[in-house]
This record gives sequence, C-alpha cells and structure tokens, in this order.
Amino acid sequence: MSSTIDATSRLGTLDTLRRGVDLSPELRRGLGVTLGLAALTTAGRVVVPFVVQQTTDHGLLGKNGPDPGLVTRDVLLALVAVVITAACAYAVNVRLFRASEAGLASLRLRGFRHMHDLSMLTQNSERRGSMVSRVTSDVDTISQFVQFGGIILILSLGQIAVATALMLFYSPLLTAVVWLCFVPLLFVIRRFQTIVGRAYTTVRERVGDLLAAVSESVVGAATIRAYGVEERTATRIDEAIEAHRVASIGAQVRSVAAFSSGQLVAGLTLAVVLVVGTVQASAGHLTLGKLLAFLFLVNLFTQPVQQATEILNELQNAVAGWRRVIGVVDTPADVADPGEEGEVLPRGPITVDFEGVSFAYPGGEEVLHDIDLSIAPRSRVAIVGETGSGKSTLAKLLTRLMDPTRGRVLVDGVDLRRVRFSSLRERVVLVPQEGFLFDATLRENVRFGRPGATDDDVRLALTELGLDAWLSGLPQGLATEVGQRGESLSAGERQLVALARAYLADPDLLVLDEATSAVDPSTEVRLQRALEGLTRGRTSIAIAHRLSTAEAADEVVVVDRGRIVERGPHRVLVRQGGVYAALHASWAAQQRG
Amino acid sequence: MSVDVAPSLRRSLGIVAVGIRREPRWFAFAVAGSTVYGVMTVLTAWAIGKVTREQVQPAVAAGHVSAHQLRVIFAWVAGVVLVNVVGVVIRRIAAGFTMYNVAATFRREVTRQYLRLPLSWHHRHPSGQLLSNANADVEATWNVFAPLPMALGVLIMLVAGIVQMVLVDPVMALIGLAVFPALFLANVVFQRSMSPKVSRAQQLRAEVSEVAHESFEAALIVKSMGREDEEARRFEEVTRRLQAANVAVGRTRGTFDPVIEAIPTLGTLAVLAVGARQVASGALQPAAVVQVAYLISVLAFPVRALGWVLGELPRTVVGWDRVDAVLQARGELPYGSAKLQRHGASDSRLEDVDYSYDIVDEDGVESRFQAIHGVSLEVPAGATVALVGPTGSGKSTLTNLTLRLVDPDHGTVSLDGVDLREVRRGGVSEVAALVPQQTFMFDDTVRGNIALGADFDDAQVWQALETAQATAFVRELPHGLDTRVGERGASLSGGQRQRLALARAVIRRPQVLVLDDATSAVDPSVEQAILAALRSSSDGTTVLVVAYRMSTITLADRIVYIEAGRVVDQGSHDELQERCPGYERLVTAYVREAAERAAMAADEEVTA
Repeated sequence: MSSTIDATSRLGTLDTLRRGVDLSPELRRGLGVTLGLAALTTAGRVVVPFVVQQTTDHGLLGKNGPDPGLVTRDVLLALVAVVITAACAYAVNVRLFRASEAGLASLRLRGFRHMHDLSMLTQNSERRGSMVSRVTSDVDTISQFVQFGGIILILSLGQIAVATALMLFYSPLLTAVVWLCFVPLLFVIRRFQTIVGRAYTTVRERVGDLLAAVSESVVGAATIRAYGVEERTATRIDEAIEAHRVASIGAQVRSVAAFSSGQLVAGLTLAVVLVVGTVQASAGHLTLGKLLAFLFLVNLFTQPVQQATEILNELQNAVAGWRRVIGVVDTPADVADPGEEGEVLPRGPITVDFEGVSFAYPGGEEVLHDIDLSIAPRSRVAIVGETGSGKSTLAKLLTRLMDPTRGRVLVDGVDLRRVRFSSLRERVVLVPQEGFLFDATLRENVRFGRPGATDDDVRLALTELGLDAWLSGLPQGLATEVGQRGESLSAGERQLVALARAYLADPDLLVLDEATSAVDPSTEVRLQRALEGLTRGRTSIAIAHRLSTAEAADEVVVVDRGRIVERGPHRVLVRQGGVYAALHASWAAQQRG
Repeated sequence: MSVDVAPSLRRSLGIVAVGIRREPRWFAFAVAGSTVYGVMTVLTAWAIGKVTREQVQPAVAAGHVSAHQLRVIFAWVAGVVLVNVVGVVIRRIAAGFTMYNVAATFRREVTRQYLRLPLSWHHRHPSGQLLSNANADVEATWNVFAPLPMALGVLIMLVAGIVQMVLVDPVMALIGLAVFPALFLANVVFQRSMSPKVSRAQQLRAEVSEVAHESFEAALIVKSMGREDEEARRFEEVTRRLQAANVAVGRTRGTFDPVIEAIPTLGTLAVLAVGARQVASGALQPAAVVQVAYLISVLAFPVRALGWVLGELPRTVVGWDRVDAVLQARGELPYGSAKLQRHGASDSRLEDVDYSYDIVDEDGVESRFQAIHGVSLEVPAGATVALVGPTGSGKSTLTNLTLRLVDPDHGTVSLDGVDLREVRRGGVSEVAALVPQQTFMFDDTVRGNIALGADFDDAQVWQALETAQATAFVRELPHGLDTRVGERGASLSGGQRQRLALARAVIRRPQVLVLDDATSAVDPSVEQAILAALRSSSDGTTVLVVAYRMSTITLADRIVYIEAGRVVDQGSHDELQERCPGYERLVTAYVREAAERAAMAADEEVTA
C-alpha cells in the first residue's frame, strides 16, 4: 500500500518534457509570439552576415570596381537588420525568462505541496536533504536549460532551416551531401543522449547524497563535538563530495564525446562538400564563386548543429532534474484526502471506533492485530504498554497518518478515509513526542495551532496550561526566538510549546503521544490537571509510559504485542494483577526510589 | 554581503585566480587545448583558402580534377578539423576537471569549517543556508571555469587578429578596434547592474531552500495539524520573490547578450562604410577593407567567449562572498595542548560559572541572556551526582558546559583539575561522554552509530548494547548490527534511538559519563534495567545525571537542585526533601498526585 518517492521518474526524454510542460503550463503561454520573435532573430542572424558577404563581393570587389553607393545602401540595410535582430533577441530573452520563471515557480510549488500531501511513511522513506533538492537545485537545472539552452536550441533549429533553404538555392546536390553527412550523426547523438542522460541522472542523485552528508554535519553538530568525531564525519562528507565530483566529471566526459562527434562531423562535412563541389565545379555544373558562397553557408548550417548537440546534452541534465521533480509529483499520495467528495463532520464531542484494525508497515510483519476499541465522547483514555507494543501505531492510525491494512477506524461513525482532511485536522490533533518547532518566536510557534490567534489568545492558552511562570522566565516572553528546530529551548520546553500549540488549535480529540516525556514531574502534573479541567467536553487519548497519566485517565487501555490485553479504570486494573498491575508496580517503585 | 558595492572586474579576476591556484595543471591543460582550438579555427580558414588557390581553382580552370587533387583537398581540411577537435576535447575535459576539482576542494573546506566552528556559530546560521553555501554557492562560484579556458585560448586569436589588422591598415584597424572599448563599456554597465540582482537571487535561492528544509523537517507536525496550505503559502511567498528576482536577472542578461552580439557587427559595418569611401578616393585597396572586415567578424567570436566569462563573473563574486563568509568565520573554541590522563574515573568541577547566550528579538536586535549564574558543581571521581530542576532551569546547559560544548563567560570548568580550555582538541571526548536529551543518529549502520569509527569489536558492541538494554531489539533488526538506521535514525523509535545513544557512550568506557535525561523515551522497567546495568558495568565511573525519576535520583550520592540557572541547594535526597521545598514539590509530584486521586476516588466511591 505505501510507496516510496520515485528516485526519478521512468519517463523517456520526450515524455518527460511533455509532462514537464504540462506541469508548468506557463511555459506554453505566449510561446507562439516568442517563437515568431525567435524566427525573426534567427533570420537576422543569417541575413546580416549574408548581406555583409554580398556587400563585400559586389560593392567592394565588384567587377566594375568599388561602388560606395551600393556599400552605403547595404550597410544601412544591415544596420536596420542588426537593430531589429537585437530588439527581437531582447524580447525573446525577456519573454522566455518570464515564462520559464513563472512555469518553474509553479513546478516548485506543485512539488512542494505534493511532498506534504504524501503519506507520512512515504515522506519518511526519503531523506530530507533529497526532498529539498527536488524543489530547489533540481528545478534550477531546468531553468538554466530553458533560459539559456532552450532559446539557443530554438534559434539553432531556425538557423538550420534558413541555412538549408539558402543552400538549396545555390546547389541542391551539395545540400543533399551536407544532410547525408549529418544523418549518421543523428543516430550517434541519439545513442549518446541515453548515455549522457544516465550520467546526469547519477549526478543529480549524488547531489542528494552530498546534501544529506553535509546536513549531518550541520544538524548533528552537538553530537559530533561531544564525541570528537569530526574526522570521521569529514571522511563521510568527503566520500559524498568525491562521489559527486567523479559523477560530474563522468557526465562531462560523456557529453564532450557527444559534442565532439558533432564537431568532427561538421568539419568533415566541410571537407566532403569541398571535394564534391570541386568535382561539380570542374565539370562545369557550378561556378567557383557559387562553391565558395556555398562553403560560407555550410558554416552557417554546421554552427547551429554543433550548438544543438551541445544543448541536447544540457537538455539531458535538465531532463534528469525534471524527472526527479516529476518523480515526486507522480508519487501517489496513498493516504489521500478525499477532498470535495469527503464528509465534513460537525464540531462537538467525538466518538472513535476501531473495527478489526490490523496494521503492518510496508514489507514488515503485522504490528497490530485485529483491534476493536471504542472510545466514548468526553472520555480521557490512556494507552499504555511496553516500547514496541504498538501503542504509537494506534495513535497514527487514529489521526490518519497511516491507513490500516485491514479493518477501519471510524470517527463519529464515519470511516476516516471518507473524512475530509480539513475537517479531520480541525477535530483531531496529534502531539508527538518530538514536536518540531519552527525557527521563529514562541508566539508564532504557538499560533501555528490557530493562525488567526491574537497575542491574548496565545497568552491565555499558556496561562490556562499553567505555564505563565515558565513564560516569564524566558528572556523575551512571547517574543523569544526559539532557534532552529527550537534548539534554543530544552527538549522539555519544546514539548511545552508543542502542547500549547495543540491546545490553542482546540480540537475535539487531542492525541498525546508521549507529549510530556521530557517535562519535569511537577509541571507535568500541573499540565495534566489543566488539560483535564479544560478537556471536559473534549476527548483525549494519551500514550505515556509515565503512568501518572494512566492514573488520571477515565480508562486505561493496555496494549501488549499488538493486541489490547486489558482495559478499564486504573484502580480496577491495578487490582487485577495483570500486565497493567506489573507495569504500574514498576513505575510506582521508581517514584518511591 | 556587498550588494551595493559593484564588485570590480579586478576583484572577480582575483577570485578566479584563487581557483586557478588550486588546479593549475588542469587549468593549464584546458588553456592549452583551447589554444590549439583557437589556432586551428584560424587555420581552417587558411587551409580552405590554400586548397582553393592551389587545387580547386586550377581544377575548375582546367575543367578536370584528379583523384590526387581531391585527396589533397580532403586531407588538408579534414586534418585541420581533426586537430581542432582534439583541442576541443582536451579543453573541455580539462575544464571539467578544473571546475569540479576546485568545487570539490571548496566543498571540503566549507564543510571542514562546519565541523570546526563552535556550536554557538551553528545556532546563528540556519541549516538550509549552510547547505546552500556548501552546494549551490560553491557551484555558482566556480561555474566560471566552464567558459574561461575557451575565452583565454581564443585570446590568441584576438591578439593575432589585432596585429594583422594593424599591419593591413592602421586607420581601418582603429575603427575596428573601437569595438573593444565599446564592449568593455557595455560590460562595465552590465556588471554594475547585474551584481546586486544576482546577489539578491542567490540569497533568495538560499531562502527557498531554508523554507523547504524547515518545512520538510516539520512534515509530521504540518500534516497532523493540517497546515499544508499555510506551509504552501509560506513557500509560495519566497518562491515568488525568487521568481521576480530571476526575471530581473534575465532582463539584464537579455539586454546584455544582444548588445554584445551586435557590437562587432556594427564594427564590421563601419569598416565597410568608411572603407568604401577610402577605396573610392583611392586611399586604400579594396582587399585591405575586406580583410579588416573579415578579421573583425573572426574576432567577434573570441569576444563573445569573453562575454560569456564576463556574464558569469557576477555570479562568481556573489557565490564567493557567501562561501568566503563561511571560510572566514572565526570564533572557534581555542584549544590548548594538555592531554587528560586515562585512569578509572575523573573528577569534574564547575567553579563559579556564568553563561549567557546571544538572543535576537523580533526586530533583529541582539542582546545577551544570562542562563547560568555563578554555578559551582563538583562531581568527585567515581561519584554519581544528580542534577534536578524544573523544565528550562538550565540543566542541559550545565551538561554542555561540563564537556566543553560551550565555554563559560566567567568561572572555570575542569576535569581532574585541568581547565578544559587548556585541553587539546578532541581531548575531552577521549575521557568523557554525553548522552544528550535529544539523540542524533547518523545515516549509518547500528554498529557505525555506536562505534563512530573507533576500533571496537563485535563483542564490545554487543556488550554496550546489553548495558543499554538494546540487545533484544537489535537482534530482531533485519541485518542485526549491520542494519542501516536511516537518516537521523528514522527507522527506529525514540526509545530505541536513546538506547543506541547510551550504548554509544558506554562503549567508550568514559571516565565521566553525563546523562541528560537520557532515558526519557524508554519504559520504566527498561530504564531500571539500564540503570542497574550501568551501575554494575561502570564501576568507578563519574556520573552526572539529569533526572526526574526518583529511581534515578536515589542512585545518586548527591543531588544538586537548580532553579533558573542557580544552584538552590545540594545534598542527599533526604536532606533536600527536608529543607528544599522546590525539590520536594518536584520529586513527589507523582506520589502526591496519586494520593490525591486515590483520595478523590475514595470520596467518589463513598458518595456513590
């Protein structure tokens, strides 16, 4: 059921381009005008040297001596052509930049958004650094190609067409010779494209590895220092840098081979044309002047062909980037939002039912077996069990971070898979053990729970949770910057913020997964009291190994090896002498020391 | 960042020189290849002229061509082309080596800085930015090596061409040469207008990467709170700004390219116009004009190649500024030369320590916040001391100070009487180990994460895992010790990561073991087992433990109770419970709570 993000989409070059352009419709917008202007630019690029050559031949070296009048007229003509060409080139450039930047921005946004739409398991199958590169440097590769390569490619094709037309005018036979020389090149280029494409795909992957390795040295800075493993980390980074370097050079060598074959063919074509042309001219089918003029045109023809082979290499680089972005966008979101089709549940007390729920992680053994559980509205439930018993999995199924492999989870009698995400997330909020904080102020982090909340709302939430004393001890109160990932705060403080954030979101069901594990006992007890007082009317489910939570709950659910083995109020279970009684005894012993 | 100072050409060339010095040999190869290419490009025209004069013309005149003549024609042209292609291959491959080698060198240097600079520096720099420095900025700096050798190689063409022009006719040459100041001027204008724009785009590129990085790291929270739309908006905001910045860059570049291309053509046209008059007045031979006009068009190409380099330079400067900011960053912890002795247990001491850190308010104004006030903390060799205090009271900061992850503003931190500032680099971690509250796992195997490259055999690893109560779950992993744990240990649970982190510490048989609430994510029974195993295996080790649980606290010989960065009291558990109300409240919270609840429940039962 669960998938991983495709390292790279398996589409061929043309399909990738087609899909890429579909994903960035802006690339197509106004393309007709741009191509028209590009055609003018191309015509100018061919016409100007042609006029110059004609001027030289007829104006300066004419049979009747130099003709200043003709030269002046031609020069003025060329001048106009130069200005028009430059103006068109400018317009083409700007239009292309606008269209491509707009198109690639939407591609970035699409990829970014989809990354968040993917299921948690799919997200966890990918390194963060690699996820980042898919919406940053991979897209940059595409923009480089579209803006510089793309236009040159279009202009080159235009120039090839114009040069062919002019060549035909001089000598159809020699034109055929030129084209015949280039046909084998087309096959060679096709072959090289595959090779070069593969090489660039490897480069893109190495960039992902490189970012992952570097990010360890940044995110793991404290651990690296505490263990003095700078050298080892350096070695690991160096390996990634080296792999990237080798892959890049490999791609470069392959693309040079492809490019040089184009250049070689271009040069040899010139030689062949000269040979065939000489035969033709000596047989009287061609004048020497026409042969020389034709040679000039061959240059106008081969130059864009060479450029095009070069650009095709860059195209492979861009396609490699494109494939990685498309790989994200085309990865199905297997825990999908039913969207418009889905149901919107009214706010209010909430019931939760597990019906014959089993779950196995992809490729793993079943970790939950046939769970039936119903949780009444307004109740406070504690789920306890040993590490690995499956209690966190329950929480993830309940908040639809994952879907069960068998059975179903119902909220107010509706299968979670049919509930619209916006409705579900409003009603059910999970507070995980390591609640990520953003590099922003405390206020902004708490407000993440309810974006419209005012300062007073935030302060009230913290006060209601009994955290005002803690707040006043912070250097700048609500304006305190929490640092990257909240690292200016301690782990316990981060949990306080995460809890306040969820509390402010005001869901009907609050799921706490070890949400206070790093908080000191007296603060935890205070929080629990606050939540209790305020959760009246709200359902709460807490997963905890500090059993003080269980003691306070209306009902305790004991999970053991993927099954619910006991359930009931604390004071009943503790007398039963079962799994819970044992867990509690060990907990109580710790408290007494 | 020097956005408003338009970096001069000299400065950018200085940066290029820095790169060349790193790979002089490959660069020389590339320039040599390019020279061959330049010479051969000129020779192609010459060869065609030669065979036309010597073979084609006579053949056409004779109305007959021999096979020998055809062979000569083909051999000359094909020969020159072949050598030319060889030149190109050498130039491009060598340029690739230069570019990627230099980039790799600087990536190593930049990441070496990441490892060298202190934690406080890391806290001030967003990780997204640091990733961007090591990747995109290095790339932006050295991309110039792709067009550079070509531009230098064809300089030969440029010089040869100019000399020829002057030899043909100084006056005509002057008109032709007017092209170069024009190009130079265009370039100066371009650089000035381009640099701030490129700088802004590069900065925004880093910001896009920062937002993406943070947002993806927060993926679980975003999902579980249904904030995907808000995150998408946040990303869109910075993406749109990057888009606008890139379009601005494009507009400038889009102006520059056609201008650069038009200038040599304009030169050619000027030469033709003026030349035609000169010829008409008899002052000049037509052939001279043609030759000068031809030379300008030949030179247009190397000039364009130079243009590519010049167009790349603003990016080079901006990229380098960002890379160099990392390379020049100071504030390294200075190290001494003392070596800590290995023996059974160390004595750890903090004396009258103050510690503050930089804080930035919402307006970006920096100030200092004192987190630790005059703390003295003594952990005698072999003793176990528990650090107890409310959330946010400074316990983790004290553990960091103990192992010199940070230096105090005032006071001294020592091990075995040696001030940690005098200990050589890496010396502290040889004798002391920290298990932090939040564990960090490398994307490596279980074994790799525990040994961290040190030489431990399997038996030792298993023994450490045993102490950390991790043997059972590691055995069940698909490849045991060789199972890869994923990025940041993603495939493991929080409790499993904590136990591996613990094994990582105990395997080193540290003389000082600092546990910062290191078992918060494991079950009580497992924690009990861990503590028991630690006690038996770490005989004699000095232990400083941050703890909340009574079971842990009571293992300690002495308890230090802190609040708001100050030591409030210290002594045995009984003493503190007697005389320290804050401590008493904290450690008995659960018991009191349980008692109250039991009482309440009893009341309810009675009333019911």
